[in-house]
Amino acid sequence: MQPQSQAGPRTLLSRFTALTDAFAYPLRTSHYLELVNPLWTTHALQAKVVSVWDETADARTITLKPGRNWRSHRPGQHLRVGVPIGGMHYTRTYSISSAPESEDETFTITVKAIGGGRMSHHLVRNIKPGDYLPIGVPQGDFYLPDANPVEPLFISAGSGITPIMSMLRSMVAQERLPHVTHIHYAPHTYDVIFGQELQALAAKHPRYQLHLIYTREPGETASQKRHFNPEILNSLCPDWGTRDTWACGPQGLLDTVEAHWHQAGVARQLRTERFRAQVAAAPKEVTAGTVRFTASGVTAASDGVINLLRLAEDQGLNPPHGCRMGICHGCDAKLTAGCVRDLRTNALLNEPGAIVQICVCAAAGDAELEV
Amino acid sequence: MGMPTHLSNAEIEEFGREMDAIRNEVMDSRGAADRAYILKIIRWQRSLAFGGRIVMFLSLLLLPASALPYAGWPQFIAVLGLGAAMLGIAKILENMEIGHNVMHAQWDWMRDPNIQSNTWEWDNVCPSDQWKHSHNVVHHTWTNVFGKDPDIGYGVLRVTPQQRWKPKYLIQPVTNFFLNIWFQWGVAVHDVEPDKLLSGEKSIASVKHLLRGIAQKAARQLLKDYVLWPALGAVITVPFSLALDVDAGHIALLAFLWIAGANAIANLMRNVWSNVIIFCGHFPTGVQHFTKQDVEGETRARWYVRQLLGSCNIGGGKLFHILSGNLSHQIEHHLFPDMPSNRYPEVAPRVKAMAARYRLPYNTGSLTRQFGTTTWTIWRLAFPGGRVHALSV
Repeated sequence: MQPQSQAGPRTLLSRFTALTDAFAYPLRTSHYLELVNPLWTTHALQAKVVSVWDETADARTITLKPGRNWRSHRPGQHLRVGVPIGGMHYTRTYSISSAPESEDETFTITVKAIGGGRMSHHLVRNIKPGDYLPIGVPQGDFYLPDANPVEPLFISAGSGITPIMSMLRSMVAQERLPHVTHIHYAPHTYDVIFGQELQALAAKHPRYQLHLIYTREPGETASQKRHFNPEILNSLCPDWGTRDTWACGPQGLLDTVEAHWHQAGVARQLRTERFRAQVAAAPKEVTAGTVRFTASGVTAASDGVINLLRLAEDQGLNPPHGCRMGICHGCDAKLTAGCVRDLRTNALLNEPGAIVQICVCAAAGDAELEV
Repeated sequence: MGMPTHLSNAEIEEFGREMDAIRNEVMDSRGAADRAYILKIIRWQRSLAFGGRIVMFLSLLLLPASALPYAGWPQFIAVLGLGAAMLGIAKILENMEIGHNVMHAQWDWMRDPNIQSNTWEWDNVCPSDQWKHSHNVVHHTWTNVFGKDPDIGYGVLRVTPQQRWKPKYLIQPVTNFFLNIWFQWGVAVHDVEPDKLLSGEKSIASVKHLLRGIAQKAARQLLKDYVLWPALGAVITVPFSLALDVDAGHIALLAFLWIAGANAIANLMRNVWSNVIIFCGHFPTGVQHFTKQDVEGETRARWYVRQLLGSCNIGGGKLFHILSGNLSHQIEHHLFPDMPSNRYPEVAPRVKAMAARYRLPYNTGSLTRQFGTTTWTIWRLAFPGGRVHALSV
């Protein structure tokens, strides 16, 4: 990174684009470049699917070539990936599994099809090379610091391996692999994502100590006892309290790990990365709840029947609106969390970021809207 | 005219339920094919717009002043005209099938951040936020209600005998002509309601922010079509002129003027076409109007009936429907303004059958019939009097 040397040409380029944008108004130059190659756009970052690789029966690694405006990630970071399914745009967050030190300007995400996960199923089953996906830039503070951690401890489970994999690959690529202890949980031997690569790594580098724990393989110990617990931790890594620790996996694992580290008073040494919480099952009956209007900082109780526009107005708010009957979309507002019900169809909407016609929607349980 | 008297309240409510059922069925079936449709139209539109401008540049090689062997006025005009037509069609597509419909939130369901009603800006001097107010909020809610819908004659035309005649309407054939060729400017000032400014109902101060918005949008539109692209064309000719050893200044000037002219033709094409289609939506003979009393306590079902009676369709082929932004299905568009426009053709026969079942008129006809009666109405109603024509069911 040399911001100084890039400052000159960048402003020249941006000046030039401002001029060409005036030719393209009300669109931008980028909209026309997109006709030729979607990777040249600047108004929306996209990535081309270069190849797909099945890691296990239900996990797939997708190699993506990002467009202009991409910046390299730090090992462990995640990014937003959008996919149109049935014509609708869905966004999910995935950890990058490749190391930033890649030579062909591509990166990989590794997706596991989860039960009922529309998007993960689509990514694992339907995505093919040549497709374009809208993406965001790498984000998140779950990453390896520039200064090499002395003796890191990695705890991962299932597809929680992905950010850890990026870290391991990066340290290997930089030839700075320290003494690492890695505890990884998977249900069976056959569904360890990156299983062969991990074991090859362990065989090649004695400093990398891999402990694979299979939670559902038939065996002597009851399967609950094989999940994370302090005894296993003490036996596999007695000095865990002094190590910088990175943990990534399902809710249950992280809750236990966090509680344990907290109890020992070493919570500062633990960094965790949570998967997105599963969306709560939509309620079947009309549910009362609390609605938070984030832009105005107002909270109101909803009986599940009153429309959101009316609810806001009863609180003294005056959101923009028009026809009040679901025609003009003058009242469209963004749903940031929770669930709302379309009063016309009883359809439930719980996609964060969805646009809601608040004059014809009521809260279904708790909801949070940008109003 | 007003609301139909042969239907009981219960029958009207049943009509509304049936309409809702059609709406829900189609809205539930929106999917990947619809997304592919709008993306394809957008790709075509952008390619045509850019291609048209390139063809215009290429036509400059045929300028007689270039003294090239194949140059000449007929071939130059033909190629320049082709470029103008391509750009004109692109502007028509952009304003009607894309812009108008995207701003109606027809494509918001895709949640594609690049195709959203609240961020879309169209290739028109009218700022999209003002359009969404005057059109989506006011016109679509209060369709054909006197004193409520500003689209009844746009404040300058008498389009139904129920509007009281005033001497100002005598010149409306002329007004109509200029509104036709400058339609985008008419659309631009629509939300300002110039007629209310003139009558003193609104003050200049109250619309200042609207006027500023229009000025900013118009400036960028004019800069693009009448300064930047013509200037680029002129600059491109210079090295050619120097190489060919002809008068570079003269050719650059010609290039500037001809390209500006071709862009004006493209804008004119869009103005005339969109005006024709939109006038045929609510002004042909047989369309019905309503009073404020008619809509007092109006239910959703009665709103549906009013939309059906207050709108008119135009018959035509697939390409015609696309180029009209599917506003040739004005009835379906008014019943279901936020339904993706590519679905109107499949809904139209069902709505028509329903109208017949409820003995309600369904006003459809050829472009000649609809535009003919629209023009005749405007000419006839310039003078006092006039008769309301009902459609037979």
